[in-house]
Amino acid sequence: MAKITLNNIAHSYDGGANYALKPLSHAWHDGGAYALLGPSGCGKTTLLNVISGLLQPSEGQLFFDDVDVSALPTERRNIAQVFQFPVLYDTMTVAENLAFPLRNRRGTDKLAAADIQQRVQQAITLLGLEVLANRKARGLSADDKQKISLGRGLVRTDVNAILFDEPLTVIDPHLKWQLRTQLKQIHRQFGHTMIYVTHDQTEALTFADKVVVMLAGEVVQMGTPQELFDAPRHTFVGRFIGSPGMNILPCELQGAEAIIDGYAVALAREYPALAGVIELGIRPEFVRLAGTGGDTGAQSGEGLPVQIVGVEDVGRHRIARARLHSHTLDIIVPEHQPIPAQPRVVFDQSRICIYQNSQLVSWEDD
Amino acid sequence: MKTWNNKAWFFVLPVLLLVAFSAIIPLMTVVNYSVQDSFGNNEFYWVGLEWFQEVLASERFHNSLMRNLLFSAIILLIEIPLGIAVALAMPRRGWGVSVCLVLMALPLLIPWNVVGTIWQVFARVDIGLLGHTLTALGVDYNYTQDTFDAWVTLILMDVWHWTSLVVLLCYSGLVSIPDAYYQAARIDGASRWAVFRHIQLPKMRRVLVIAVLLRFMDSFMIYTEPFVVTGGGPGNATTFLSIDLVQMAIGQFDLGPAAAMSLIYFLIILVISWVFYTVMTHQDSESVTDNRQGGGQS
Repeated sequence: MAKITLNNIAHSYDGGANYALKPLSHAWHDGGAYALLGPSGCGKTTLLNVISGLLQPSEGQLFFDDVDVSALPTERRNIAQVFQFPVLYDTMTVAENLAFPLRNRRGTDKLAAADIQQRVQQAITLLGLEVLANRKARGLSADDKQKISLGRGLVRTDVNAILFDEPLTVIDPHLKWQLRTQLKQIHRQFGHTMIYVTHDQTEALTFADKVVVMLAGEVVQMGTPQELFDAPRHTFVGRFIGSPGMNILPCELQGAEAIIDGYAVALAREYPALAGVIELGIRPEFVRLAGTGGDTGAQSGEGLPVQIVGVEDVGRHRIARARLHSHTLDIIVPEHQPIPAQPRVVFDQSRICIYQNSQLVSWEDD
Repeated sequence: MKTWNNKAWFFVLPVLLLVAFSAIIPLMTVVNYSVQDSFGNNEFYWVGLEWFQEVLASERFHNSLMRNLLFSAIILLIEIPLGIAVALAMPRRGWGVSVCLVLMALPLLIPWNVVGTIWQVFARVDIGLLGHTLTALGVDYNYTQDTFDAWVTLILMDVWHWTSLVVLLCYSGLVSIPDAYYQAARIDGASRWAVFRHIQLPKMRRVLVIAVLLRFMDSFMIYTEPFVVTGGGPGNATTFLSIDLVQMAIGQFDLGPAAAMSLIYFLIILVISWVFYTVMTHQDSESVTDNRQGGGQS
């Protein structure tokens, strides 16, 4: 296990015309569980392949602890990687598959057959694959195959990190949860550094201690799931995280008020005059539906008048889609609250985020 | 519920007729000849299995069969490994791919008798590039007189003509392997040999079955090229079953024995092909039954 440090790592697939990964300096702490989250093509797999050495970055250095591994080939980096589609050696049994990375060692690293046997047995027990141990790998279910792919990393005691490249893509939904839980357990038990690439926020937020959100080859925010939810540093993070994502509304600032389409929204504090595109972000969870008509008991005149254009019942609550002049707005409505006839929306003052040119205007600035 | 639509027969009928006229009826005719004797004048007499016994006991048949088996064995032993090696060496992307594919396809596009003629001229001692060069270099080479030289020439010709078929089949198997397999192998520290043994070879197995079957059947039935190049000589050194058969049927007009021999010939190809197929797909069926058991367990 090791701390992994990126020093100005950047990569371009076309010789510098476009950067799939823009210069990035970052340290992954020993034993951390990280998720790289972002839409397809944002550079997360590129970053992962740079760490494992499958890809030689165009620029920058990579350190495992204090050793520069930039020039080391993949097999010398002691990295385990689980791919999107399970990769198994079809002609071998499950146990042979697990033994494969150990049997490949030559010279001073060579392991005795008994050691290999013992480690394979441990991995099999750990993953609950006892029944399958002597079966041919071909024709197993996708989740078993993915477990075996993971197992090939776990049999090695010297792995610096385990990398996951969207490993649950081909897994049935009801097994995803189970496999993810198993991953977390393994992480807690062994403390491997784990880096998990995904475009699914649920996977990222449930798996990782720290989530790294990427967009167009850049890291836009890194933080705990709570931080990403409470204070998205970029409007992209706000929209991408959450179900539904954050409402982003263009506005103008006037002291401690934001003006949206002529309606004033009180803010928790005063902002200085800011140049550029100013937007107000509020999560659907913190928008309250008020208004007259129906039995809401709300005062009239409070909040902004909206038109409800649709309501989706997602089970534990409902999502109302509203129009506020030319903007649309998602509101989470508790299951039993009626929708008023003349609806208005009220924003939870303390939860409002203000963005300047898509970047969060933070409180510490002044 | 299946819906039966009798109109479908109209669509199948042309093919049925075609197969009937091109395969079934001629085959039945051959069966008919094989159990009768004729003395011209279209008079036929029932002789039972006499021709079969005669052919199976004849030394001439044994010799041709042995030559054919040896030829097919050599062809498979050279063309399959060579084909795999060339396929592995071919580029996977870039402009080289189409260049290689076109080069590989070229020998396959040449008609068989033309291939024979090309090699017949190529190997001639007086004017052929190969024959003349070898002689000039002091090698004692003459495929029209020396058995070994005749065999070498025929084998070289077949390798030149057909290895690219094996290459193309193997290549199609190789390019279907996702990159992730190679990446996983690098992560697992697999050697080049281990990658071949555990990733590339298993993924090529299906196409290799086809390649082996095609190359076996074709080489076992080879006729045109040796007929053009050596005419079965020197002596009977390159008289394969097909050449023998044609001599018997058309040269000597022994219809009964020729019919019996062609049926035996057909059965041998069928049996050997079946053996190849069964052996090479054995692992597949094993894992299929495995699946069913696994499905039952889980």
